[in-house]
Amino acid sequence: METLLQQIINGLVVGSMYALVALGYTMVYGILGLINFAHGDVLMVGALIALQAISFAQHTWPNLGALPTLAFGMAVSIPAAMLVGYVMERAAYRRLRNAPRLAPLITAIGVSFLLQTAAMIIWGRNYYSFPQLISTTPLQLIDGVFITPVQIVIVISSGLLMLALTLLVNKTRIGRAMRATAENHRIAALMGVNANGIIALTFVIGSALAAVAGVMIASNYGIAHSTMGTIPGLKAFTAAVLGGIGNLAGAMLGGIVLGLVESIGAGYIEQFSFGFFNSSYQDIFAFVILGAVLIFRPTGLLGERVADRA
Amino acid sequence: MNDLASLIPYFNTRHPALARYIVLALILAAPLLAISVGPAWVRILDFALLYVMLAIGLNLVVGFAGLLDMGYIAFYAVGAYTWAFLASPHFGLHLPFWIVLPAGAAFAALAGVILGFPVLRLRGDYLAIVTLGFGEIVRIFMNNLNHPINITNGPQGINMLDSLVIFGFDVSKRIRIGEDFSIHPLLVYYYVFLCFVVLSVLLVQRLQVSRIGRAWAAIRDDDLAAKAVGINLRNLKLMAFAMGATFGGVAGGLFGAFQGFVSPESFSLMESITVLAMVVFGGMGNIAGVIVGALVLSWLPEALRSYAIPMQSALFGKVLLDPEILRMLVHAMALILMMMLRPAGLIPAHSRYSRPELLGVKAAESDVKSGGAA
Repeated sequence: METLLQQIINGLVVGSMYALVALGYTMVYGILGLINFAHGDVLMVGALIALQAISFAQHTWPNLGALPTLAFGMAVSIPAAMLVGYVMERAAYRRLRNAPRLAPLITAIGVSFLLQTAAMIIWGRNYYSFPQLISTTPLQLIDGVFITPVQIVIVISSGLLMLALTLLVNKTRIGRAMRATAENHRIAALMGVNANGIIALTFVIGSALAAVAGVMIASNYGIAHSTMGTIPGLKAFTAAVLGGIGNLAGAMLGGIVLGLVESIGAGYIEQFSFGFFNSSYQDIFAFVILGAVLIFRPTGLLGERVADRA
Repeated sequence: MNDLASLIPYFNTRHPALARYIVLALILAAPLLAISVGPAWVRILDFALLYVMLAIGLNLVVGFAGLLDMGYIAFYAVGAYTWAFLASPHFGLHLPFWIVLPAGAAFAALAGVILGFPVLRLRGDYLAIVTLGFGEIVRIFMNNLNHPINITNGPQGINMLDSLVIFGFDVSKRIRIGEDFSIHPLLVYYYVFLCFVVLSVLLVQRLQVSRIGRAWAAIRDDDLAAKAVGINLRNLKLMAFAMGATFGGVAGGLFGAFQGFVSPESFSLMESITVLAMVVFGGMGNIAGVIVGALVLSWLPEALRSYAIPMQSALFGKVLLDPEILRMLVHAMALILMMMLRPAGLIPAHSRYSRPELLGVKAAESDVKSGGAA
């Protein structure tokens, strides 16, 4: 029982990080029908820039305290990631908006690679230990079930961010413009919506969320490196598909469900396969779920769009 | 061959026959030229030929049938691991080449069908992500199947693979002729690989214009219309996956024999993207284009490595871009720039079997030019 509860908590933590990244995929897909393959790498860029800013802050103002240092790191890395997102859209994807359907995807793969290469040039291929500014000492909830303060912060702040995004999309003028653009960006433009601006904004918001998620992932595991974005990116994409791609609530739900399945699965796989599989097969769950969803329910849990519309 | 000849700018129009001989001579003499620079360059050529085979196979799936497969390297892995299982001390099996290579091809084809079945209904970008997931799953298995029974030997990989022995003739040994003349094994490997490449090219060329190839083109251009004219989408897509995988499997087997060592590291996502970059760079759907793409993209990073590294240390006093980063940079730029500037690739496919929308306006005129192109 404790194991199950523990895995559920781990799943919620991981899931809320997936959900944040999945939102970026789903927003871009909703508007452009493009899988922004490089989204996971924006996460990596965010984490590494935050790392750089934090170590700068620690050197310059050693007495700043943990939370302001972290805030400074975020304050640098979020705008930087937003800039990356904007440049990506402006320089690469905008020109290909009317190209045949494989072209933007192949470009996205190229952009993803380019970001990784750029990160390797700047930061090398080393694994950096990420300063864990929020305590990682486990707190005991009940007997044998632990949660760390950083995990609590992750769950709460991603919940708040998701709430904020939902409000932005559903209650504001910008949100209405976004929904209109997602419906049909040409017609939205005819109605006076600055469609290009909205599309760029979508990339920027998605990248900001990715940067936050990047800092969360790096703080949670205490590691940052130049290829750390690939696997979370793929899993977040799975989460987006699982929830129904193009659907914000779906991405959040998908992220949480995927996180839960993954950690519960990893916790029990050894037991159920009689020791043949162990938790190093954890990454397989996401891909198997992705395949299964696309085959049996391509619209996802909450989706409206048809998968092969792409 | 004709297509390769057409790349030589001047001779092609004036003396097409001569151009063809030049290409032929270059292909045959390339390793001899390379060995005068150093054996390392022959090695690069050998690998380039393996990449050519991979690119030909992936082109069959992506270029002919329009199915974007991003886990293609998994089939290469299946071929290489089959070689490692059946011809190495790992299981103590040392089966001959004539069994191992076909077995690798067959297993790869089977893997292709296994991948193909679930993704039949998917198109475009979804297909890409699921195949990518498939590639990762294969890699996870390779990494972890050393427990509880040791099958793949985990991340350490399997070494001491048997070398290529054809007709009792070991390719990896130096051939001695007389007293002081010997042929470097890397050269022999080059010609052996070349035979495989030529065979593949012939096969794929015939395949492209066959009933199957034309059906693939129809599926690629519009699968709904293809279905409407009575093409069996399921069988043909599976066939594309299986046949593409076969080339990957054969190349993988040769890779295992050539390298003498396999480990999961050689089959990362990055390799899949490398092969994809080659196909895209050269021109999806065009065999000559794909060959050139593979040759250029496997040669360019190495050339950069040998010139850029000394140059960097001379200029900055240290190496800023290491070879691996250079390679990634070249491939990333190849993907992005090609899609922006020349989406049909270096040598666009002939219009008759290609996607008109990629060629854009040029489609109409090239249609006239290349009437009976093949």
